[in-house]
This record gives sequence, C-alpha cells and structure tokens, in this order.
Amino acid sequence: MILDSKIPPGSIENKWTDYKFQMKLVNPANKRKHKIIVVGTGLAGASAAASLAELGYNVHSFTFHDSPRRAHSIAAQGGINAAKNYPNDGDSVHRLFYDTVKGGDFRAREANVHRLAEISTQIIDHCVAQGVPFAREYGGLLDNRSFGGAQVSRTFYARGQTGQQLLLGAYQSLMRQVGLGAVKLHTRREMLDVVVVDGQTRGIIVRNLVTGELERHEADAVVLATGGYGRVFYLSTNAVGCNVTATWRAHKRGALFANPCFTQIHPTCIPVTGDHQSKLTLMSESLRNDGRVWVPKTAGDKRSPEKIPESERFYFLEEKYPSFGNLVPRDVASRNAKQVCDQGLGVGETGLAVYLDFSDAIKRLGKDKIAEKYGNLFQMYDKITDENPYQVPMRIYPAVHYTMGGLWVDYNLMSNLPGLHVLGEANFSDHGANRLGASALMQGLADGYFIIPHTIGHYLASNKIPKVTTDHPAFVDAENSVKARQDKLLAVKGNKPAMEFHRQLGKVMWDYCGMARNEAGLKIALDEIPKIREAFWKEVSVTGSGQDLNMALEEAGRIADFLEFGELLVLDAYTRRESCGGHFREESQVGEGEALRDDNNFCHVAAWEFKGVGQKSELHKEPLAFDNVHLTQRSYK
Amino acid sequence: MNQKLSFLLRLWRQKDGNSQGKFQEIRMKDIPPDMSFLEMLDEANNDLIRKGEEPVAFESDCREGICGTCSLVVNGLPHGSDPGTTVCQLFMRRFNDGATITVEPWRAKAFPVIKDLVTDRSAFDQIISAGGFVSVNTGGAPDANATAIRKCDADTAMDAAACIGCGACVAACPNASAMLFVSAKVSHLGHLPQGQPERERRVVRMVQKMDELGFGNCSNRYECEAACPKEISVEHIARMNRDYGFASLLGTERERGNSGAG
Repeated sequence: MILDSKIPPGSIENKWTDYKFQMKLVNPANKRKHKIIVVGTGLAGASAAASLAELGYNVHSFTFHDSPRRAHSIAAQGGINAAKNYPNDGDSVHRLFYDTVKGGDFRAREANVHRLAEISTQIIDHCVAQGVPFAREYGGLLDNRSFGGAQVSRTFYARGQTGQQLLLGAYQSLMRQVGLGAVKLHTRREMLDVVVVDGQTRGIIVRNLVTGELERHEADAVVLATGGYGRVFYLSTNAVGCNVTATWRAHKRGALFANPCFTQIHPTCIPVTGDHQSKLTLMSESLRNDGRVWVPKTAGDKRSPEKIPESERFYFLEEKYPSFGNLVPRDVASRNAKQVCDQGLGVGETGLAVYLDFSDAIKRLGKDKIAEKYGNLFQMYDKITDENPYQVPMRIYPAVHYTMGGLWVDYNLMSNLPGLHVLGEANFSDHGANRLGASALMQGLADGYFIIPHTIGHYLASNKIPKVTTDHPAFVDAENSVKARQDKLLAVKGNKPAMEFHRQLGKVMWDYCGMARNEAGLKIALDEIPKIREAFWKEVSVTGSGQDLNMALEEAGRIADFLEFGELLVLDAYTRRESCGGHFREESQVGEGEALRDDNNFCHVAAWEFKGVGQKSELHKEPLAFDNVHLTQRSYK
Repeated sequence: MNQKLSFLLRLWRQKDGNSQGKFQEIRMKDIPPDMSFLEMLDEANNDLIRKGEEPVAFESDCREGICGTCSLVVNGLPHGSDPGTTVCQLFMRRFNDGATITVEPWRAKAFPVIKDLVTDRSAFDQIISAGGFVSVNTGGAPDANATAIRKCDADTAMDAAACIGCGACVAACPNASAMLFVSAKVSHLGHLPQGQPERERRVVRMVQKMDELGFGNCSNRYECEAACPKEISVEHIARMNRDYGFASLLGTERERGNSGAG
C-alpha cells in the first residue's frame, strides 16, 4: 500500500493558500443534498458540525453523551496557542510552526503543522466573536501566558477553564444550527461500526444507549472526531468514558492506525494514591509559569517542605535546562521527574511525586493574583488531596494525558478509506511524538472550523457518490457484526466486572509501555495482553440485556476494544527502536537521559493495517521530509 | 486518616421512566477516606456485578468537576453538602464512619428519570438552541483585539460562563426552576459587546423555551445558588429579569446602540 499524504506542491508558506484555490467547490444550492455524519461533539466535532451546517450541508451529529457539551475537550485547562504576537515578543506563524515541529521531535508533517500555525490566529478571532470570555488586561485587550516548549507568550486562556469556554462556544454554534434545522442531533448514540460500500465510507452503525436499538445511518461522507485512547492505560487524566471504540472499529474496517505508541505523559498531575482510583487529575501546565519544580537534594529526606532550606533543594528543571527552566516540553519534564524519583529523591508517601511550589510567586505577586490566575486549579487540588497549595507545595507526578497517535489521514484529513475523515485527537496528524501544551485545542478547532469545511467539499465535488440506502448488504452485515459482538459479551456470564480486566491491562501498559520502554518489557507486554484478553472473554460478567440503558454492557464493549488495541500500541512501541518525544526507548538515549532519535531508520509515520485479532498487523511507512526545519537533536538547555 | 470507613447506602432504583422506583440498601465496608464518592459507587456496582445483579445506573464522565455529567442528590442535597463541589469531587473523608447515605436522581418534571439515577436533561440543550449563542458564522470575524472589553465585564462574563449545565439548580429549587442556568447564559453573553445585537431576542426566546419545557418559576429561595457547584450568583437572575422586562416592553427587534454591558 502506498500512503499518499497528498501534500500540495509549492513553498511551505503558500501551500494551504494555493491549495484552497485548487480545491473543487460544491455549488451552494447543492450542499443541502449532501448528507454528512459527524461523530463526536468535542472541539473538533462540534466545530466541524456547526461550520458544515453554516455552509449548507445536511449534517447529522452524533454523541454518546447526553449532551454535546459533555465532551472531554471541556476539561482542557490551560489555554490555546495562536501566533498573534500581541505581546510583541517575537512570535510569528513561522515560529509557532518551528516550535511545534521541534516540540514533536520531528515526527510530524511539516505541511500540516504550518497550516495549523497559519490558522491559529483565525481561531482566536472567531472564538472572541462567539463570546468566549478570554482573560483580558485592564486596557481591555487580550492577555497571554507562556506554555512549555516556547520562549514566547502565545497562549490565550479563560482562567483554568479554557477548554470549557472554547467547547461551549462551539457547542452554542452547534445548537444554533440544531435550532435552525440544519443539524440533526443524535445524543446517547454510540458509534459501533463504519459502513463501507464499494470502497467508499457511506455510513455508521450506532447503538441507541437508552433503548438498546441498533440504528443504521447513511451519508455521503463520515467525519470521526471521537478523541484519544489514553484510557488504554486505565489510569489517565481522560474522562472515564473516553474510549478507542469508534477509531478502533474503523481500523478493523480498513482505516490505518498511525503511530499508536506516541502517547503523552503529562508531568503535572496529582499523584496516584491507591488502587481504588478511577482516574487521575491534571494540574494545568500553566502552573509552571509561576510554580517551581523541586525535590530534596538528599534521598530519603522526610522533612516537610518548608523545613528544607533553599540550599538543600534540587530545582532539577531550572538547573538542567537554564533556557527553558520549568517550561521545558512535557516529555522532557516528565522524564526528569521520573529520573529524580528513580534516584530516590521523590516526595510524599509513595516517593513518586515532586514538588510544584508557588511560595516564591505568592511572595512576588501576592495571593490574590495567584488566585485570579489559578484559583479553580488550587481549589481542585485542595478537594482531592485535602491540602492547601497556597500553604504547602503541590505534589505532582506524570500521568497519561493525551495521545498523538490516531487514525492515519492525508493533508485533507481523510483516512485511507475514501470518505472517512478524522479530526482532532482521533487523527495522528500534527503533534509528532510529543504535543506542546495548549496545542490540542488549537488543532481540534483548526480541523473543525477551518480545514474540513474546505476539504470535505473537495471530496464531495470530485467523487461520484451514488445513492445508497440502509438496506444495502454492507449495512446489514455491519449491523449483524455489531449485534454478534454484543450478544457474545452478554453470553460470557462470568463473575468478574469488566473494570478488573481494564485495570490489569492498564497496569501492563503503564509498567512496560509507559514513560520508559525497552525491548524486554515490551515483549512481556506483547505476551501478557492476549492472556488478559482471553481471560476477559471467559470470565467477564455483563449483566442485564441489550434492550435498555445498560452501562455495564457499554463499558465492557469499550474495554474489549482496548484489549485488542493495546496490543497494537505495544507492537508499535516495540517496532520503533528509537526514542523520540514521549516515546522513550531506554536503548536509545544520549547525555543525561535525553531521547535519541534514529533518523536513518525511523524518520517515518508508522501506519498499521489490521489483519485480525491476535494476528500481526502489517506496517506501512510514510516517509517524513524536513525541508524547512533542520533535523537536529532537540535541546532545551 | 487511613482508617477505613463503613456506610449504609440507600440507592434509588427505577427500571425506567414509567416504573415505580424504590431504594436498595447496600452495606459498604473498608472504604478508604481518600476514595471519591463515585469510586465508592463503582465498588458497590462491582460487588453487584460479582453477584450477577445489575449495577445501579449513574452518570459521570470527567470526574474533575467540569463536564456537568454527574448528577446525584446525596442526603437530600444535589451534589451533596460540600459547597462549590460536584458529586464527582466529593470524597469519602467528608462522611462519618457508619453513616447512612441516601442517593437519589435529580427530581424535576423537566428532567424525567431514564433509569435508576440517570435523568434526561436535554431540555437544557433546547434552551441553548433557542437563543443561547451569538449568531456568527465561521470565517468572517474581525481581529480578536479589534474591540476592547473592560476587564470587569470580561470577568463577570466568565463568572457566568463557568456554568457546567449539570442541572443542580433545577434539582435544588422547590419549583424546579431553570432560572439560574438560563440567566447564567443570558448574563455571560449580555456582558460582552459581541452579545449585544441579539440581547433582547436572546432573553425572550430562552425564557419562552424554558417556560414551554415545564420548568417552574423563581420564588427567590436561592436554593439554586447554594447548590451550584460553580457558585454562580443569583445576581444573574436579577440581570436577566431586567433584560427580559426591557425586551418585553420595547420589543425584541429594536435596534440597540452598543450602550455597554450591564
């Protein structure tokens, strides 16, 4: 299989502009005749559905939540990047492009990243016009703050609730189109299969989560914006409902899965406290603007933090990376936190935590200013840990947060299955091996508001899409396979809750394919995961029936998919024998534990083709070329 | 602090919207105090599953207090007794050892029960759909800094916009009124210049939709504010009433100068 990225010709600055002119258009009067299915209502899905409806397409929007506003984009805290250069600190489209390519450790496509940087400024304009209440200065203009991996302040924010405000903006635009009759909204529907007819993606099978009914929906094109797969690790900062099911089922129908091993471990999360936990909670990277990360210099120093004098503290990020200090990219910060804890310098009961200390900032700026910037985060920390971060330093540790990998897409954001488009975290496209902070919101909205409205029109205008009805054998077949899998789950009748298998899988993933990976460990994981999967299908208990609201059935279905997908993630990590970004292979390092890339052998996108459960997937490679950013060893010193 | 706790749970069970519901009693023991309330319910459900019984249906997603999915009445109070807290952020250390904990769904005519502790809150989406937006299409926006906005207005707009749409305000209100929810959106957009062109139209349409969907009236009991996990102020209700009054008197299509936010 040849992977054609369809990157347009021309200079990097002009590719997108020129391509927009080259693309075919759909006549305004004909747009209504094209039905488009959008699955997912997070930033990417809601913005896409709203924008496509504004253009006149007949849009059907699906979410498994009770309301489009619940999507996990809502929990993004820190901010959204844009190359506005409002602070006059030297930012530009080119600098955002450069920072993002470098931040991703040279494993993303230059052309996609440049387009993202170009669009970034329009996103802020649009969101302000929607009424997103971004933080402002006394003069009435927008405020910015800094995020990791950049030496400029280009992050726009709405307190610690930026994702919420951006999502509500997109949600309100979506609900406006619902009110106008341009979008038909289907809530409490879980997508369980895509339907391919004569090589084109022509619909989906969903389960009505209230009645249990399986429904067939046909369309001229399908857009998946169903988020990331971080819950394969069980414990993560993702919402408990986040899952891989939609993308995994598309993968099983032929869509390639790209770079699944590129997962982001976020450095600043509230540490694990016990086996009972269902999820972990992020403390926004923005806190590293004012918080200083440190551990005691002596292993086993059990004094409370305020008793440890300045001279006996190890500010490891500031000391090792003087140029970027506490604002190094996430992969670097996480790895260093792990290193110091491995050396026995970690704090707290488990020794798996480092301090994030605000006492200097509180002295300098006053408690009120800190409360204004981070109040909701401090309150959240207090509730979870029962400790007041205004008085004692936060304890933090890395946790799974975001997944850069996803379904393979070309420059049009279309997968290798014609008609199947993939947006936001669900695709693999822009962040390479490590995403910079405040770039997920940017990418989700760029994809939904400003890219897919153009490229999907081009697809519809340049392809013949014959009429199809839902009694076509492909729909019947897809529905039957969904039904069969559901019946199989209900028929196991074991005695273990599905969650137990999820925890087991998560432990294997975290122990052998987490922040540091090596060949021996990955082999163990490849051995263990099929065993857990086998046990699941023998021992799981799924009570109730398929005929009504059955959350145990929903959850078991998602876990069953994670048990298949996890193996692919590990296989990808095993095959990529280099370190890059968040993918750290212990065999490939330089200096004091920095990731060492192998550009001769791994300067490519790894796109996997499904060959059957338990069968080895087939690897296809899309080579990456760097014509505008010089391939170098990343340094944040 | 590490002493394990025991509880008697009384969980509301209801097959569907048309069936009668009743409480099921479950004893929980060895609960660590730093376990969250929902994790404790997960454990209760896993115990039920191990016994081959159907787990109790309850909703949650982000489990960090922002998505608005979780919606439980705990001992008579929406989201429990901790102020400014969603039930997903409630921890067992807040309960006394041996306590009886009663868990019920939101109870309001406009939020019918679907099953057990799950209710249908799509009425909120319908209210937003009626007018809770700025009518701006993607593509034509001016530069983000073209209009300066007073910081205090942006801050007040943000205070109102912090609403997570959980519906605790409705569940807490003796009249099952949605005034706090609706006013939060009216006030958020009404404080910004971008919201001015549709200010009258928005408030009238949202209030009409709210009435139509079976929410009750406001009788100034302020239970909504007390229950709100984001501590949204009832002052927004006063602002909405004023906007509604003006709009009703003067008509919704009146051209309005940008006389500032108010």
